[in-house]
Amino acid sequence: MIRVGVFVCWCGSNIGGIVDVPRVAKEAARFPYVAHSMDYKYTCSEPGQKMIIEAIKKYKLNRVVIASCSPRLHEPTFRKTIARAGLNPYLLEMVNIREQCSWVHAKEPDQATAKAIDLVRMAVAKAIHLKPLYEGSIPVTKKALVIGGGIAGIQAALDIADAGYRVILVEREPTIGGKMVMLDKTFPTLDCSACISTPKMVAVAQHPNIELLTYAEVTGVTGFIGNFSVTVRQKARYVDHSKCTGCGTCWGKCPQKVPSEFDLNMGTRKAIYIPFPQAVPNKPCIDAASCRRITEQKCGVCAKVCPVGAINYEDRDKILQLEVGAIVIATGYDLFDWTTAYGEYGYGKFPDVITGLQFERMVNASGPTGGKIVRPSDGKEPKNVVFIKCVGSRDEAKGKAYCSRVCCLYTAKHAHQVLEKIPGSQAFVFYMDVRAPGKAYEEFYQRTVDEGARYIRGRVSKICRQGDKLLVKGADTLLGTQVEIEADLVVLATAMIPSRNSRQLAQVVGFSTDKDGFFQEAHPKLRPVEAGTAGIFLAGSCQGPKDIPDTVAQGGAAAVKVCALFAKQEIATDPMIAEVNEALCTGCLNCREVCPYKAIKRKTIPDKARGQAAERTVARVNSSLCQGCGCCASSCRSGAINLNGFTDEQIMSAVKASLQHQRLLTNRQ
Amino acid sequence: MPAINLTSNVKDNLDFIMHVSKESGQPVQHCYQCGKCTAGCPVAFAMDYPPNRIIRMVQLGLKEHVLKSQAIWLCAYCSTCTSRCPRNVNLARVMDCLRGMARREGIQLEGRAKKIALFYDCFLDTVKRNGKLYELGMMLNYNLKTGHFFKDAGTGLAMFTKGKIKLIPTKNENYKDLAQIFERIEEMEEKC
Repeated sequence: MIRVGVFVCWCGSNIGGIVDVPRVAKEAARFPYVAHSMDYKYTCSEPGQKMIIEAIKKYKLNRVVIASCSPRLHEPTFRKTIARAGLNPYLLEMVNIREQCSWVHAKEPDQATAKAIDLVRMAVAKAIHLKPLYEGSIPVTKKALVIGGGIAGIQAALDIADAGYRVILVEREPTIGGKMVMLDKTFPTLDCSACISTPKMVAVAQHPNIELLTYAEVTGVTGFIGNFSVTVRQKARYVDHSKCTGCGTCWGKCPQKVPSEFDLNMGTRKAIYIPFPQAVPNKPCIDAASCRRITEQKCGVCAKVCPVGAINYEDRDKILQLEVGAIVIATGYDLFDWTTAYGEYGYGKFPDVITGLQFERMVNASGPTGGKIVRPSDGKEPKNVVFIKCVGSRDEAKGKAYCSRVCCLYTAKHAHQVLEKIPGSQAFVFYMDVRAPGKAYEEFYQRTVDEGARYIRGRVSKICRQGDKLLVKGADTLLGTQVEIEADLVVLATAMIPSRNSRQLAQVVGFSTDKDGFFQEAHPKLRPVEAGTAGIFLAGSCQGPKDIPDTVAQGGAAAVKVCALFAKQEIATDPMIAEVNEALCTGCLNCREVCPYKAIKRKTIPDKARGQAAERTVARVNSSLCQGCGCCASSCRSGAINLNGFTDEQIMSAVKASLQHQRLLTNRQ
Repeated sequence: MPAINLTSNVKDNLDFIMHVSKESGQPVQHCYQCGKCTAGCPVAFAMDYPPNRIIRMVQLGLKEHVLKSQAIWLCAYCSTCTSRCPRNVNLARVMDCLRGMARREGIQLEGRAKKIALFYDCFLDTVKRNGKLYELGMMLNYNLKTGHFFKDAGTGLAMFTKGKIKLIPTKNENYKDLAQIFERIEEMEEKC
């Protein structure tokens, strides 16, 4: 015998101020199978929960309907409540009469009440068909994979390793360190970036729990939370790192010079190289495309001079298979390519118009100019430097709609460095707004202003050549007039965009990106470091533009999530997932195409055809991967897939209850 | 206004910017152009440039524009701006400083600015002679110099019949000391 209990919540005045809550409870008492119905001010409070437990026992309730706020907020709370009363936690149905009634219909309370009654009617009809569901459990491989060796990945790897779990850190470049190690000083404290990041890089290399794979890329991820299987391609280095001592003779003797990626093409490196002197690992690799031995079978100097015979021109890419339980993605950012979009700034044809990151390399003591700020065109020291902010950011027409969050402060730092390093210099900053919301950030910006940086509110419309200078034409909107500056050097604060190939990685791993290509977090406020797929976590600017403090904080947060997962022997799986009725399944596998979590696989089952034994293809749901989104159920042509907790029977009875009532009303009229 | 060349403007007028900051004692570069001064100014409606723009022009060294503006003379030194400024810039003092500069630089004033400057002169003149304000003398002096001989004559007559204005000047007992102060200030101004 089914006995439904209905509990209608006031949520203080949130619901009760608009919806006639006692009337909803009174109406609900007349619905079929309802054995008890009542209202209460705060159902989620301790006395409210106690009341539910007592009602379940007193009225022998075996289904519970709670009309209150969003299930996203309190479904877990009430599931625990009815479990305390001895019911299966999945015999609960929640009705959201706050967001869906009182909040959206605040101006029409009568209709809000009528809608609340209808929604409860549907929920009761659905609750009658609820079945007990049971959580499963799966084992956990206690080893983490961190993709990306920038400061976010380094922090996450160190924190997981320090907690005693094994970590594999995969980095695409020949060294870890990411973008942070390219910077000179960091705002607002002006710490030397290398001095605070290289010790962490060394700590990664020396940590007994961390296995470092540089010059390697993740090419495939299968499996599910606690049990991922990862394919990594280790690119050929042509140098055997087990023999190499990093003595540096090879790159000293290599005759082939090519532009250095690390110095953003402002300096050069050799064909066999380490990207910068403090690289980790501090051992070289050969860039096959520019090595004359590999491309033309000539030269071979490095092999001749290597004292330990570590050079191997026959080296090939290797494929590695890794088993891990959790993945932290920390692939970072790249910079918006302004040269393709901003014709007014010269499409990159003026050598003295550079990006902020190029300025960082230039002003860096270990950079291509040894820390001197010079004009790339003639090597002279610039006197008038113009900074242009929001190049690509906050520009929907040419770039991105979002704010890149770090440019205001690094531009303030750059202006400070110009004024500090070049006597008699002037720094002009074109801005739209100054956004300095971090700790001590506004003060840092004001300090730069006090030092003499001239901030001009307005955008630059044109940069053109004037003799050996650049004429920057813009507006001062505070003055309401056009202004122009004869600049020696122009520095553009270009937008942060997702790291190249990040979209492919999202496809490989199987989770979603937002409209700008950044990785989508599970909840923007409450689950900011979790990806939509269980067991995958996000850290740093791959999730959205971020400064160093926020990136490090997120790296640590992702590590804690991994450790919390690894602290369990087994993990519980959500039973509200898809289930295939193999008798009805035709094996079309349409469901596999639409599944965003790669949870559906082909399965062959024995069958009979004309009395003969045969085989037949059906779909199979991996209960660990399935997130219960329902895409497969709605796409299934033969109705073979049901989502537990949202079966066709349950949903149709809710719909029927609503429609039958509407027909009744129409007939009466 | 045609496009302003900031490179040369700021460079050539750096001493102007520094001087305004130093003489007024106000950190004009601190101003972040929130506009609170303009929002509360009771005479901004009559100004050619609102108060915040005067500060902006000082920040960028637009010396001529600032010193020729009507706004610096229309400022009544009520200090509403000063009491509300979030950056602690005493704008009223900056305005005062700019007025002084305009006079010293011998800027040819026009319109209302010219009259207001004249009014200041007449006022100071009577204080210098008498050690205090001699209303009738000052009014006559101002009207004579502006050419509006009978301006406010009605009000003057009403005040006279009620004994608010005296026919003959009365002097402050320390009027000689005050005259000395004037002399000393004039000497100082000549030096700088």
